[in-house]
Amino acid sequence: MSTADIQTRAADWVNQHRDSGDWTAEDQAALDAWLAQSPEHVVAYWRLDAAWERTQRLVALRPGAPERARGQIWRHLFRFAAAIIVVAAGAGAAFYLSRPAAPEIRRFATEVGARKTIKLPDGSQIELNTNSVLRIAPGPNPRMAWLDAGEAYFKIQHDSAHPFVVMAQGRRVVDLGTEFLVKSEPRRLEVALVAGRAQLDSPGDPAQEPAVLTPGDVAIATANAISVTAKTAKTLTDELSWRQGVLVFKYTTLADAAAEFNRYNTRKIVIADPAAAKLTIVGTFPSNDVSAFTDAAQAIFGLKIQNRRGEIAITR
Amino acid sequence: MTDNVDSNRDSSRPPSASAAVTNAALRDWFVREVLPLEAALTQFLRHNWRNKSDIPDLVQEVYARVYEAARKEMPDQAKSFVFTTAHNLLIDRVRREKIVQFETVSELDTLAIAADEPAPDRSAIARDELRRLAVALDRLSPRTREVVTMRRIEGLARAEIAQRLGITEVTVKWHLNEGLRALADDLYGGNKS
Repeated sequence: MSTADIQTRAADWVNQHRDSGDWTAEDQAALDAWLAQSPEHVVAYWRLDAAWERTQRLVALRPGAPERARGQIWRHLFRFAAAIIVVAAGAGAAFYLSRPAAPEIRRFATEVGARKTIKLPDGSQIELNTNSVLRIAPGPNPRMAWLDAGEAYFKIQHDSAHPFVVMAQGRRVVDLGTEFLVKSEPRRLEVALVAGRAQLDSPGDPAQEPAVLTPGDVAIATANAISVTAKTAKTLTDELSWRQGVLVFKYTTLADAAAEFNRYNTRKIVIADPAAAKLTIVGTFPSNDVSAFTDAAQAIFGLKIQNRRGEIAITR
Repeated sequence: MTDNVDSNRDSSRPPSASAAVTNAALRDWFVREVLPLEAALTQFLRHNWRNKSDIPDLVQEVYARVYEAARKEMPDQAKSFVFTTAHNLLIDRVRREKIVQFETVSELDTLAIAADEPAPDRSAIARDELRRLAVALDRLSPRTREVVTMRRIEGLARAEIAQRLGITEVTVKWHLNEGLRALADDLYGGNKS
């Protein structure tokens, strides 16, 4: 086989395996046999398979407005239907997902500045950040949770027969062996994948293709689009520093840093001067120590700190 | 070549001397460390080999040699390993070909320079990934781009694409295969003529 022939054959295998939806044991055996024929086959297959994975991100180019339901997406939905139908009990799955409330569901909430760790019977662990609300499905081994507000870090014991599902803002994150962060902000949902694999999709809008996330991927879902970018492990670690009770800033503007502090404290910081708001800082602060931050602003930039009613104003 | 692939599923074969290199780990390493070098590798080969139509074959042979060696023992430095392999391959080829091109042999000395070029910044690649993908998609031939867009972005079934475009499903499949090959060439930056 010439190089071109090998590549064509490899592309055909990759497209069949990744994209045709009905991959059988016989297909796998035939692929294995082909790969076993020569190292050239293996490397050509790996190369095109990796390229296929990368092109998964093309999904983000999809225009937002759904025209109509699409067959392929429905098949995706049915694949996960088992997890949904268990609790749906007569209601349509999509209907249930949009209205998840049920009496036995356990609700966890954190105050501003608080954190909470929830341990599930199977060893899975959920860390809830400041000012957040999470509900967990009833039953002895819950595999579904709803993040109604705020931010949570999920460290899930993987069970491929029962993938753990997190719902937030009508989106769904399906764990495929995973540690991930879900952050729910007004009109914006962020999912950062730390380890394993996860899938983010939109059950309420079947026309939106699911995004498969690998470590370092950060998916941002807005009203009608999902985009995926990659972050370095270091950046992700900084963003997860709240799990240690600290906030890490790297050339963060004072405005953004203040907004971050305000998530954790009831006494809010107000940057009263627009020029001061654009100054950038680098540093690690305890998330509940506002004065460490204002002291730094005073010492480094010579800014004035004024304690007003219930808030701290930073001025020049 | 009749060598078996060191598959995890295949438990009938006795483990090789250094069975520590599993197929999955090897694939990860290959995708993460070797494939990003393709643009530089292609450039190196073009620089040191007269017949440009041989380049895709040479790239593939370098990959195959790297794979076979890494199965036995994973190299510490992917980059120097890949370029040394390429260097040795060219020397083998020069020896094998009856007519030795003096120019080719002397140009092999440029190896040191080419191999010292900095590897592409991976975080920059990651940042630009979507933009690169969009550009790569744009470079496909119009019909292939149309088929790839319908399948991969809009999520239409193959049968539906065939129906809409008035072509057979076999042709749809052909465009998807061609599209994947061209996107891979573009993304890894090699094999371009």
